[in-house]
Amino acid sequence: MASRHGSRRRMYMKMVSSSLIRRASRLIIAVLAIAIGATILSGLVTIYYDIPEQLGREFRSYGANLIILPRGEAKITRETLNSLRDLIGENKIVGMAPYRYQTVKINEQPYIIAGTDLSQAEKNSPFWYIEGSWGNSQETSRVMVGHEIAQTLNLKLGDTFTVQGVKYGQQAEASRQDLSAEENQKRDLARQNFAKKLIVQGIVSTGGAEEGFIFADVDMLDELIGDTFRADVIECSIVADAGELTNLSTKIEREIPELQPRAVRRLTQSQDIVLGKLQALVLLVTVVVLIITMISVYTTMMAMVAERRREIALKKALGAENKLVMSELLGEGVLLGFIGGTLGVFLGFEFALRVSLNVFGRGINFQWALIPATIAVFITITVLASIIPVRKVMDIHPAIVLKGE
Amino acid sequence: MSRKILELKNVSKIYGNLKALADINLSVNAGDWLSIMGPSGSGKTTMINIIGCMDTPSIGSVILDDIDISKENAASLTRIRRDKIGLIFQQFHLISYLTAVENVMVAQYYHSMPDEQEAMEALEKVGLADRARHLPAQLSGGEQQRVCIARALINSPEILLGDEPTGNLDEENEGIVVDIFRRLHDEGVTIIIVTHDPEVGDVAQRKIILEHGKIVDDIDQSATFGEALKLRHNN
Repeated sequence: MASRHGSRRRMYMKMVSSSLIRRASRLIIAVLAIAIGATILSGLVTIYYDIPEQLGREFRSYGANLIILPRGEAKITRETLNSLRDLIGENKIVGMAPYRYQTVKINEQPYIIAGTDLSQAEKNSPFWYIEGSWGNSQETSRVMVGHEIAQTLNLKLGDTFTVQGVKYGQQAEASRQDLSAEENQKRDLARQNFAKKLIVQGIVSTGGAEEGFIFADVDMLDELIGDTFRADVIECSIVADAGELTNLSTKIEREIPELQPRAVRRLTQSQDIVLGKLQALVLLVTVVVLIITMISVYTTMMAMVAERRREIALKKALGAENKLVMSELLGEGVLLGFIGGTLGVFLGFEFALRVSLNVFGRGINFQWALIPATIAVFITITVLASIIPVRKVMDIHPAIVLKGE
Repeated sequence: MSRKILELKNVSKIYGNLKALADINLSVNAGDWLSIMGPSGSGKTTMINIIGCMDTPSIGSVILDDIDISKENAASLTRIRRDKIGLIFQQFHLISYLTAVENVMVAQYYHSMPDEQEAMEALEKVGLADRARHLPAQLSGGEQQRVCIARALINSPEILLGDEPTGNLDEENEGIVVDIFRRLHDEGVTIIIVTHDPEVGDVAQRKIILEHGKIVDDIDQSATFGEALKLRHNN
């Protein structure tokens, strides 16, 4: 019995595959239609699922979307910063820059120096216009000054200036009468004050408050003021939409109670609106493509049934029941859907990759689940589009069709 | 005494005002070789369609192997045709994307179970074993008709029904096909052939002449049957 069924199944497969392989030139249009549909569908679905990631990273160019403040008077320690980094997860972090603000004097005028991790700050704020270049943690005396300060102090790239101030936790003491001015200065520097000559590595223009700050390496600042790491604020750029940011904020408040996270809603909401519109557009195009593919397969199958009226009539004359002939034609549809869908998956990835590279300047991950999903969708579409044409088999009368000369 | 394999009783086929067949009575015994002749429009094809279960009479009954097929529905007719009739066509009607042996196996597939060895034996019987793996487009007209005959025979039908089986063949291939019919007749196969060709009609055991849907002559050619075949053979 098994052999009997096996033999029939082999013959069925033989007829279906031979019909496609040996009539390939006639079916190339159908395969192409399905493959193009599958290419666009799988490409758009890949982009659809990758847009939040891609656009999320794109939006990160517009600055930090999560600001972390200490709760109460205490500042943020290095340990807390590391805990925060672990909690958020490295893969979600585009940039995480702690800031320590310290008042210093330049030419006896007060200014604020912002100690930060410059490489992280650069990731957070790629939109800053920098004349010269960003400082780094190797040459810590090279700093960036805001455009406003550079103008006030008439500083140019490569110029030096000296910052002075009172060390962390020290009170300024009055000069002693019994010492000379020089001796008093030396005494101050040794016990309570600091002074350091810095070089202008870059001039920052943002059009905002940043132009009134000096940006330096946080470790250099800590050493200068004689303290350990204590950040006033942490600016984070996280790959997440508004909902994810809210969840993350709740999680941070729960896990690290000494921190107070605040999402920058202006950015996250804009991101969600753009994402929503883009995804709706992709969905719409996908539905249109599916409909066009169905129409294309429908017309191809209609033409195929009309073209093969004699063959169908012959099969019925040989004793084939309608359902058997219809199952053969649907089998061809399934095979067409499989071939077109398989081609489409890989072409679709190539399409999505090129779109992603051109639009976002980044690669894209291949979604393995798309292989069976796309093939299944296109087999279903092909079968659905074939139902009406295949039902035409029932109208074919062998005596009438085979009589034609 | 041979058993009666086919009987048409008062069969008429009416299309609107046209009577394609009018009150036909005919009986055929198992193993008979019958040719049906007549001018175009005489009702030959209508008659063969009714005998081949591809059409039903408007009036009368058709008894095929003790079954009244005039009362059966389309699905039953398909089943009866599959089991009892082997069809040979003037245009061969081979499936273009299947090889010769696969074309024979198609008939097995719709009947019961495809068996390549049996299909090869059927092709061997019509002298085409060496062309089994060729597609129809690679075969001559005569070869295609022989594949068609092999396909018609593969399920051991009660009746082999041919509609102008030599109509598209040259004289040489016509001779080959007629020779195959002769061998099949010797083996006891019932053959009913519709033909325009008097030479093919003459080699049958019995010749029916149709005109305007009526049998105008029913000629028993048993006496000259062997002679005609021999004469054909010698030619």
